[in-house]
Amino acid sequence: MSNATYETDTDPDTDGPAAVESRVGWRYTISQVKRDPTAVAGLVIVAFMTTVANIAFVDDVLFGFLGQYAFFANRGIEQFVLAETFWVNPEVDPGTNQILRPPVFMTNELYPEQPGTMAHPLGTDHRGRDVLVRLFYGTRIAITVGIVSTGIALVVGTVVGAVAGYYGGWVDDALMRASETLYAIPFLVLVIAFMTAFGRDLTFAMVGVGIATIPSFARLIRSRVLSVREEDYVEAARSAGVRDRNVIFRHVVPNSFAPVLVQATLQVGVNILIIAGLSFLGYGAQPPTASWGQMLNNSKEYMLPNPWFSIWPGIAILVTVVGFNLIGDGLRDALDPRINN
Amino acid sequence: MTDEPLLKVENLQTQFFTEEGTVRAVDGISFEVNEGEIVGLVGESGAGKSVATSSIMRLVETPGQIVGGTVTYKGTKIVDIEEGPDGQPRPSEEMLTDEEMREQIRGNEIAIIFQDPMEALNPVFKVGAQLREFIELNRDVGSAEAREIAVDMLREVGIPEPVKRYDSYPHQFSGGMRQRVLIAMALACEPSLIIADEPTTALDVTVEGQIIDLVHDLEAKYDTSFVWVTHDLGVVAEICDRVNVMYLGEIIESADVDDLFHDTKHPYTEALLQSIPRPDQTVEELEPIVGVMPEAINPPSGCRFHTRCPDARTVCREFHPTEQDVSEAVTATHRVACVKYESIGYEDARPLETEATDDFGSGLIDASGEDA
Repeated sequence: MSNATYETDTDPDTDGPAAVESRVGWRYTISQVKRDPTAVAGLVIVAFMTTVANIAFVDDVLFGFLGQYAFFANRGIEQFVLAETFWVNPEVDPGTNQILRPPVFMTNELYPEQPGTMAHPLGTDHRGRDVLVRLFYGTRIAITVGIVSTGIALVVGTVVGAVAGYYGGWVDDALMRASETLYAIPFLVLVIAFMTAFGRDLTFAMVGVGIATIPSFARLIRSRVLSVREEDYVEAARSAGVRDRNVIFRHVVPNSFAPVLVQATLQVGVNILIIAGLSFLGYGAQPPTASWGQMLNNSKEYMLPNPWFSIWPGIAILVTVVGFNLIGDGLRDALDPRINN
Repeated sequence: MTDEPLLKVENLQTQFFTEEGTVRAVDGISFEVNEGEIVGLVGESGAGKSVATSSIMRLVETPGQIVGGTVTYKGTKIVDIEEGPDGQPRPSEEMLTDEEMREQIRGNEIAIIFQDPMEALNPVFKVGAQLREFIELNRDVGSAEAREIAVDMLREVGIPEPVKRYDSYPHQFSGGMRQRVLIAMALACEPSLIIADEPTTALDVTVEGQIIDLVHDLEAKYDTSFVWVTHDLGVVAEICDRVNVMYLGEIIESADVDDLFHDTKHPYTEALLQSIPRPDQTVEELEPIVGVMPEAINPPSGCRFHTRCPDARTVCREFHPTEQDVSEAVTATHRVACVKYESIGYEDARPLETEATDDFGSGLIDASGEDA
């Protein structure tokens, strides 16, 4: 593009929009991410996990819900109908199966002479349930908790931080001091206290972790809003009579959002890890629902006879968290204009 | 009500309460804008021009505060500060609330064109979307109609292919084109008054000329009044009907544009004029004004310009001049705030040049003192 200083009405020095490489917008960001092989690896992992989680959601939650109605139940729709058709029910003790089987081609202390078979490719757990199918259905929990808890923190944190940064003064002081108070309480203690007060199930785990991570988002967006609110286009919007609410959420926040988006992607991975940890401690998805943290918890008693039982959920958590972190790193690079070449 | 001016600013005072002290950024300015008039607000950097305009729009932010004065627009008091029972300034009951201000005045009655076209468009919005947002907000139209108006306005300000450019982002426009978009934004809501805050300063001269031509055309077409804030007397000569010269938060001379250039009264205005090349006068060398403007946080005593004034005498240091009407013609008012035009002994007082250099011995003044 030439930066000609002469221009006339009929010959502007810019071409049509198509000729200019846009440096904003989703399409550009995605094209930048695509050039980064590690980010693509992250995308592939997360896409795979999300697909698995969606199938698990349909089979578990949606069919479970529809199965309550005779109309659907009569047509064979019930919870885990897919799992039972293609594999086995992840939540019911089969009773007949051998427990703590090793994975296919492997042996363990309990079965030194009997390698695992394709019937249970990753072996069985302490109740004889198939580990692979439980991992598969545990994905739903992991992805849901990661995204929902981050979503809560993202939405509330953005509102709090943007309002605090935009108005400044006592509003800022009140909101930021409140969020620092939240920050001062050790994270796990806060979440466990919250769940002890309200209930031990997964919903409160997500809400609790979400609330506990609000301050990091609030601070991040506030720091951006402080500089963005001084921009002329914000003043222009104000001078045109735009409401404060719209100035904040239409003009200020979209221009402050890039670092928050990166933070959110990274936070999803962190939250999956935290909630797996909570499940391990017994705060989270309650049996018989399959979740990775709970599988780890169950497996700790059988570490010596069948170490595989511990390894698989560990690998699942690792891969998912790494996937989200890779995307986060890729996004950070794509959204940082200084790194763009 | 034809005699009533469109905008009447009386004794407007805006102060910034900082840790170092109170900055009297705008200190009691008064001026009027009549319908269809372009009024210039001229001064060096830091004279308080921009604070004055944001005070009129009530967009001054903490630690800034409007502490006194009245701004009347079409008979409505948009700023009216009175002294409360506790001695603190407070808004009078007649003053519009923030809500009324936003709904009735900003955008649809008074609009602003900002200085830097590169910064005044939101980078995440398409220019058409921004234009449409402002139109929908200030004119009672639906979104499809607002889009049509937006495209029309883009065409009006000379953007080629407005339908196509409607969907462009600001970074796809050049500086001059963006300034046109900003003008379109200001005009789109059909305000009666546009405050142009140094709208051509960030542009190069060729584009500046085009923009000024455009403003002239649009002014004639829409009969909009302008407050034109600038430090460029060349632009003032070209565009303004009346001029107010500001120095350190005060208006020190106010005259019709011809009077200001050809019958200059105030030494500061004189000095300003001598520091720029003029097509109607040939000089060997331009004379810059010595020194820099003092801080508004601690303005000089007496006449605020006396520290840099070539005509300063001892009396200037003690006596703060008030505005005097020095107009010779009945039709035009020419007001000036200078001790020279007040009968308090300027003639008998001793010149102040050397003392001024001692009192405010900044490097700049010293250096220029050696030159002299």
